[in-house]
Amino acid sequence: MPVEIIEPGLGSSIQDLGRPGYYNVGIPPGGALDLASARIANLLVGNDEGAAVIESPYMGPKLRFTEDTLVAVTGATMEPRLNGETVPQWEAVPVTAGDELSFGFLEAGARIYIAVAGGFDVPEALGSRSTYPIGRFGGFQGRPLAAGDAVPVGSGSGTPGTSVPEHLRPSWTREVDVRVVLGLYDYRLAPAGLSAFLDESWTLTPVADRMGFRYTGPTLEWIEREQPFGAGSDPSNIVDAGYPVGSIQVPGGVEPIILHRDAVSGGGYAMVATVISADMDLVGQCSPGATTRFRAVSLDNALAARHEYRSRLQELRSALGA
Amino acid sequence: MPEHVVKSPLPGVFYRRPSPDDPVFVEEGAEVTAEQTIGLVEVMKQFAEVKAGAAGTLSSFAVENESTVGPGDDIATIETS
Repeated sequence: MPVEIIEPGLGSSIQDLGRPGYYNVGIPPGGALDLASARIANLLVGNDEGAAVIESPYMGPKLRFTEDTLVAVTGATMEPRLNGETVPQWEAVPVTAGDELSFGFLEAGARIYIAVAGGFDVPEALGSRSTYPIGRFGGFQGRPLAAGDAVPVGSGSGTPGTSVPEHLRPSWTREVDVRVVLGLYDYRLAPAGLSAFLDESWTLTPVADRMGFRYTGPTLEWIEREQPFGAGSDPSNIVDAGYPVGSIQVPGGVEPIILHRDAVSGGGYAMVATVISADMDLVGQCSPGATTRFRAVSLDNALAARHEYRSRLQELRSALGA
Repeated sequence: MPEHVVKSPLPGVFYRRPSPDDPVFVEEGAEVTAEQTIGLVEVMKQFAEVKAGAAGTLSSFAVENESTVGPGDDIATIETS
């Protein structure tokens, strides 16, 4: 029995953990921008962590359930309301057929994740149920959700009232430190450009979607050179190269862009740094206006942070009896 | 006089005009209907319409054109009578 979309919010889409393995042919991994919140939403309602959920940036959708089930909302702080009555986030909430789920204003973070018991049962495309709107495949008919959609749900079972302990819930702020590993092209920045990149604060612009997050701040100075054959004429251009997910390019030396999970796989802009994998969820929970500092760490530190991220997830799984 | 405060549903940039060359959706002091669009909020290259939400006189805007707004921020005040 499907869940009906009464109002879609703004660019809500079906996502799971993504489809790694096709970036070499230009298809990005996709998947929830805040993977941990998507995993937790699923665990709360008794699903596999990789079941499909709804990701809604900045504004919640309005949904109607057509059968009795369980729903959990994680990620950004945004008051869920069941038939107008406030219900908790980070908890498996029982719903009955005909119930409507709506949301208050976004209070902190950027994206909510909505899981239902059994998961959203859309067909897999290249091994994933994630929507890739640019490629028009995956998720629900290859596009963001629209009013009137009836999204199929699998069958599942979970335990009502299952909740994430308070100390394991993330807290979102408007001032974040994002850890990066410098390279591969940081040597193209003049010393003053590199120190401005790392020392100044950056403000997230409204251009902050599944493909990229664009920031305003100082102009970065590059080292002048005679551009090599195949590279564009601006000093921020390089001969085309693959773009890692999380890499930061600075076209023209202004407005750095962090590429996120729906980004293009390559191009001709120098990547001065790459966000460490453990901080990609945090980037996904930043909304326009968020003040951001890029902090350079070593590869060893990045790996230690990844280990810590995985340990925290393991702690969550234990707390939820998964 | 009873008031209705219009709030931004989204984080983004607030616009009072449908496009730079067009007149504003509504002038301060004008009568509006509940369904009337009074501005736009841009985020992710998408523009969400901000509706008045109540009928009355739009007495004042709380934010400048093209300023950054957060979700729940006051946009305008409507005097309902």
